[in-house]
Amino acid sequence: MSEIAEKVKAIIIDKLGVEASEVTPEASFTNDLGADSLDTVELIMEFEKEFNVSIPDDQAENIGTVGQAISYLEEHAK
Amino acid sequence: MSLRRVVVTGLGALTPVGKTAPAYWEGLVAGRSGAAPITRFDAGKFKTRFACEVKDYNPDDYFDRKEGRKMDIFTQFGLIAANEAIEDARLNEEGIDKDRVGVIWGSGIGGLTSLQAECIAFANGDGTPRFNPFFIPKMIADSSSGNISIRHKFRGPNFVTTSACASSSDSIISAFNYIRLNMADVIVTGGSEAAITESGVGGFNALKAMSERNDAPEQASRPYDKERDGFVLGEGAAALVLEEYEHAKARGAKIYAELIGGGMSADAYHITAPDPEGNGVVLVMQNALRDAGIKPEEVDYINTHGTSTPLGDGAEVKAIQKVFGEHAYDLNISSTKSMTGHLLGAAGAIEAVACIMAMQHDMVPPTINHFTDDPELDPKLNFTFNEAQRREVNIAMSNTFGFGGHNTSVIFRKVSE
Repeated sequence: MSEIAEKVKAIIIDKLGVEASEVTPEASFTNDLGADSLDTVELIMEFEKEFNVSIPDDQAENIGTVGQAISYLEEHAK
Repeated sequence: MSLRRVVVTGLGALTPVGKTAPAYWEGLVAGRSGAAPITRFDAGKFKTRFACEVKDYNPDDYFDRKEGRKMDIFTQFGLIAANEAIEDARLNEEGIDKDRVGVIWGSGIGGLTSLQAECIAFANGDGTPRFNPFFIPKMIADSSSGNISIRHKFRGPNFVTTSACASSSDSIISAFNYIRLNMADVIVTGGSEAAITESGVGGFNALKAMSERNDAPEQASRPYDKERDGFVLGEGAAALVLEEYEHAKARGAKIYAELIGGGMSADAYHITAPDPEGNGVVLVMQNALRDAGIKPEEVDYINTHGTSTPLGDGAEVKAIQKVFGEHAYDLNISSTKSMTGHLLGAAGAIEAVACIMAMQHDMVPPTINHFTDDPELDPKLNFTFNEAQRREVNIAMSNTFGFGGHNTSVIFRKVSE
């Protein structure tokens, strides 16, 4: 697993209070990991801070699973 | 329409002298001080470096990490005390119509810890706003009543009263009124506060309101002592379940006491200083006695506001003497803030619990830390100095006053059929 993927998983585990085993690439933040709308806003902000990127709202809407977050950040992280 | 009777059927408390209602009462009767050096932050440069903290508080003992993280500490305190009272009153049993159960909470300040943290983070950044989405819902004072209702699915009236240090007495009176007026059958009320932060301590120091007795924290809160030099900041919460009398009887609830009257008034004098003549305080006690329909002579115990400030203590005592006349000498008077410190918006709630426990046990908790008589105060008054006193307590009154000139007084009575 890439370094970015490791960090993304760690942020999700920390913010959503879930077990590492639940954080699979297919896992949806809202359907599988118990996030509500505010949790997902906070996750996106944490990704922005950790990876020093700015994620526009229209793109943030497309980040709904662990895998989608990892691929977006692998592409855009500086 | 006749007003319905309201009784207390559940109690909870999380305080600097005990972390449950029974432990709190035990701490009061033992005369235990909750004051100690501040552990929440480095207070090295502050004028006051001690406070009455809830001891060894760890949110993980009460909440899973995700849940705890989304609540300011003042809401955590409130939910803990409310949970205890709700369990005590068995409000989660079947047969309770949760559409008729409300939550009316009190907090003078709200989520100061969250406000401070977010402002510091912004100030330390480069101007890019990175405010946490949970910041506002954690900070606003009504997040306390909101979270209590969400946890227990209580869908009745829900809001928070804010009147500084009178906040949770006002929430108790509001709850009382809503039940009396048949707008709810049960209301979880009380208050919580957590302002032992840099901004809280620094702000109150700037007002010259707090004791600076750093060499003897446990002796700093000394209401009615000649050498008193200000209040000691406390934190915590207390909760009361108020319930319509017939509703409580029908389900066989344990009834602690009846709430028989509430009074409110304003000093209309100064934003922080008390009216030295105590006119607003006279008025509030008269209003409460009238609402309760009792004579002053029937009151056994007054849990005073008595914060240990030079001006406030004297004004309240003067007012008590005006309202109660000769009977003032037969009263037991005590300020439990000598032990708990001043819980600001939660003071009314924890002191209401103290009054109810005093009736339960026929025991008056003391005003500790009395060393030197204040010549300005009538020596014939019984301030219950230093040790608890056994006494039949049938009617107890609790006074609270807040910055802004808000005065509130509530009266409880042992339950009669």
